[in-house]
Amino acid sequence: MVSFSGLLPVMVLLPFIGALMPGLMIRAGRNACATFTAVPTILALVFLGSMAPDVWNGGTVMFRFDWVPSLGLGWNFMLDGLGLLFAGMILGVGLLIILYARFYLSPDDPMGQFYTFLLLFQGAMLGIVVSDNILLLLVFWELTSLSSFLLIGYWKHLPEGRQGARMALTVTGAGGLAMIAGMLILGQIAGSYDLSVILQHGDEIRASDMYLPALILILIGAFTKSAQFPFHFWLPHAMAAPTPVSAYLHSATMVKAGIFLMARMWPALAGTPEWFWIVTTVGLVTMVLGAVIALFKDDLKALLAYSTVSHLGLLTMLLGFGTKMAAVVAVFHILNHLTFKAALFMSAGIVDHEAHTRDIKRLGGLAKLMPVTALIAVTAALSMAGIPPLNGFMSKELMLEEAAHTYWFGGDWPIIILATFGALMSVAYSFRFIGHTFLGPVRDDYPHHPHDPPAGMLISPALLALAVVAIGLAPGLLAEPLVRVAGAAVTGGELPDFHLKLWHGVTPALYMSAVAVLGGFLVMKAHGPLDRVWLATPRPHAKAMFDRAVAATAGLSQTVTEALHNGAISRYLGIFTAATVLLGWVAWQGGGVTAPSRDMLPVPPLVAVGFVLLMVATGAVVVMHHTRFRALILVSVVGLMVAFGFVYLSAPDLAMTQITVDTVTTLLLLIALHFLPKETPAESAVFLRVRDGIIALAAGAGVAFLAYTFLLRDVSTISAYHLANSYKGGGGDNVVNVILVDFRGYDTYGEIIVLGIAGIIMFALMEGLLTGPSSRKLRNWRFPEDVSRDRHPLMMVVVTRMMMPIAVLVAVYIFLRGHNMPGGGFVAGLVFSIALLMQYMASGFGWTMARKTIEYHAMIGFGVVIAGLTGMGAWLAGEPFLTSAFGYFQIWPFEKFELATASLFDLGVFLTVLGAVMLMLYSLSRLARYAGETVNVEPMDYDPSARIADARAEDEKGLER
Amino acid sequence: MELIVAVSIGALTAAGIYLMLRLRVFPVIMGLTLLSYATNVFVFASGRLAVGAPPVLMDGVEIYSDPLPQALVLTAIVISFGMTAVLVLVALGATVEGGSDKVNAPRKEAEK
Repeated sequence: MVSFSGLLPVMVLLPFIGALMPGLMIRAGRNACATFTAVPTILALVFLGSMAPDVWNGGTVMFRFDWVPSLGLGWNFMLDGLGLLFAGMILGVGLLIILYARFYLSPDDPMGQFYTFLLLFQGAMLGIVVSDNILLLLVFWELTSLSSFLLIGYWKHLPEGRQGARMALTVTGAGGLAMIAGMLILGQIAGSYDLSVILQHGDEIRASDMYLPALILILIGAFTKSAQFPFHFWLPHAMAAPTPVSAYLHSATMVKAGIFLMARMWPALAGTPEWFWIVTTVGLVTMVLGAVIALFKDDLKALLAYSTVSHLGLLTMLLGFGTKMAAVVAVFHILNHLTFKAALFMSAGIVDHEAHTRDIKRLGGLAKLMPVTALIAVTAALSMAGIPPLNGFMSKELMLEEAAHTYWFGGDWPIIILATFGALMSVAYSFRFIGHTFLGPVRDDYPHHPHDPPAGMLISPALLALAVVAIGLAPGLLAEPLVRVAGAAVTGGELPDFHLKLWHGVTPALYMSAVAVLGGFLVMKAHGPLDRVWLATPRPHAKAMFDRAVAATAGLSQTVTEALHNGAISRYLGIFTAATVLLGWVAWQGGGVTAPSRDMLPVPPLVAVGFVLLMVATGAVVVMHHTRFRALILVSVVGLMVAFGFVYLSAPDLAMTQITVDTVTTLLLLIALHFLPKETPAESAVFLRVRDGIIALAAGAGVAFLAYTFLLRDVSTISAYHLANSYKGGGGDNVVNVILVDFRGYDTYGEIIVLGIAGIIMFALMEGLLTGPSSRKLRNWRFPEDVSRDRHPLMMVVVTRMMMPIAVLVAVYIFLRGHNMPGGGFVAGLVFSIALLMQYMASGFGWTMARKTIEYHAMIGFGVVIAGLTGMGAWLAGEPFLTSAFGYFQIWPFEKFELATASLFDLGVFLTVLGAVMLMLYSLSRLARYAGETVNVEPMDYDPSARIADARAEDEKGLER
Repeated sequence: MELIVAVSIGALTAAGIYLMLRLRVFPVIMGLTLLSYATNVFVFASGRLAVGAPPVLMDGVEIYSDPLPQALVLTAIVISFGMTAVLVLVALGATVEGGSDKVNAPRKEAEK
């Protein structure tokens, strides 16, 4: 009986979408804010209600939508009985909390933020309980950790709040990581990440070798979330949160997530000895420990927190028993615990709100001052103690009944004793909660005189207290159907024969209960002396231990980080290079290499000369790099030789690009050198130099060997395709250019964008430098004295002026022929920029800038846009992006010529390259201008014509005189 | 020919890495330039060497050098220029602001 409904994901997403509202609506007032928080919750409840009948009749509501199918990840949701119970709890209590928080929060608290966090949390919880895909469940699981962090730390000004939030996040987050690993293993065993499939494969999973690791990892996740020993310590510290948060997170939702998970996985994981021993033992220890500590807590909320720990332990233990009846009892107790614990937290919040303290030792006698609150709190606390006829009594009876026949550590009596003891302590702290807070004489030293709060604050706890009584009186009518539906989902099939009713007759459990109530009353009476003994006993403080552990971890990682990353970049580089060489060597050991299949090409004398030049220049750079100008010149010699190599080895395009780029690079470095020291001091020790030399030689030898090895062997490439289709498909003879603008046009498009970004980065960096704190330093920059006095020599100005049109013509020529002959947009852009740079150098910055009519930024933009539009043009023809088209045309009197869209694309490349290169050099030169170098607006420093004009003017003056 | 190309690549790599391991900005930039040359030639050479066979289609010619590495290297040359330029400006900015063109961060002890 599986039905599909699109409402399911909508229900989960509603709180997330609704989370946007409170932040906006808070401007319309607190009531509007609370109302708009309630709306998504109510809507989600309505959706849940509309799907409930299907589930009620034993069916399951599903929704499936593939997200990343290859990973097995999908938006798969499933609503069954267990999901229905939890979703109802999350949304129902959520609604009560929204109402309660409206009156609880003071006007100073940012309410919009609170409700946003609350809805985020609600959505995450809802996601957990209806996820079918366990990967999706993990996503929601982590979301609850994050959103609960925000909620617990809501009062940012309180250090306890911040620390508590951090602790909760650390513990539950770490558990979540363990659970991810466990879930992945589980998915591997079951062959699917869908719960509906996993739950069918219970036997297979339990028989698997990986069962135990998966179980332990998943349980760590569940135990941390549900605050089981030894991870219980975060829960009391999370009490620093506002009380509505505590009431929501620690009664109905967050801590129940772990319980939910254990219940969810029950059909797949439970029933083995491992499950029984781990889960039962941890649950039992947590139950007893939590109950004992709770008795000695003076803070009302701390008492309730440890009581929650204790009850979570009880639930864990019940699930650990592994019998179907125990699982059903657990489901019943989940419901009961929610009702009385949420009511208790809210009452504690009311007391705190009214009396301005939660310290039990400063309270007492409140029953007379705030009777309504007292009535609610006492009812709920009696239920917690397990007093008939309240609902807590029934689930405690059933729990003791189950415990009474469980064999654990050599018999059934150890568990009987411990469970009774736990129940006894539970009675004791419940009675203490009642007696020391509400009973006794009225005091005259409350920090603030208490009275009942406004009705709005009382509605929520009152409704819950009503439920406590109603379920207690009519369990068969109110709770049993829901427990049956949810219990069937947990046990995965038939249910044992049971009926929820108040009176079970005289059973062993009744005796245990009687002992617990009587003993609990006596312990409460003896609380004074016991408290003194408790305070005198040394015991471990979880927070101090946690802080020490965190500090130690942080210290360790800091030590490691500082040892590895000490700021010596050259060291990282050295380690990286050495490691790479080593890896290459290891890889070389791994596989054999085939025999050489190519013959060596001969070396003509001219090439040999070039090779010698290259080697000498390279060596000279290393030896003479301390003199920077010399090193720069030597490096450009190397670049020239490399370009010659490209010419000889049939790569004319590369050679052209290399030469032009080298020219620009050298210019750039010359400008930079203006501001850098002219010498590099020899400061590394001999040992370091030898070490670096060895690393460098090893790397060089490795690369050379690798290159030599592959150069002598043939390879199969995809180039034949490019050669074959260059003319047919791309309309060009120059295959390199066709690859750039056509075959791999997308790459080129990306690359010109990168280049444009680099240019703009340079501009931005320079802008920051010139307007930032270093601008004063620059203004007082001292340049070396040995500069030429004639900065713009006549000859150079004249020659560059004449060369400008010629160079531009060359650029245009190179651009136009690029498609069929060596050349193209890249080279043309570089040549053009060199022509412009010459003007900057010869005639000066100001002179050139005054004649510039287009901004370089704009040029980059136009280039990218033109290239992009060209690409998009292909869409008009119904082709994919950047498909090129070409045709042959004849216009008299020209010869027949080709027009290709690729040329238009190349124009974009050209413009971008030109703009980027110019912007880069222009940005760098601004530094010099800013640093106080004079800028000439004349083409030359010395203008003979101006002098003649001056002389004439003087003559005229003289004549006039 | 193959041998001298391989040796050139090796020499450029070694010189580039040695300079990049120096402690000042300028040699590092020089080293980076040399290493770029080496890398470009290395990638280019992966298309194997050919003399007198540029990848420009002509009637009756059957043998061409591999055009794909050439296209890759062409853009690499231009991009490495952009990278060098940005690096130079960063180095320049650091030198102007910090007053020294040292590559490594000062040691912790020195700060105290």
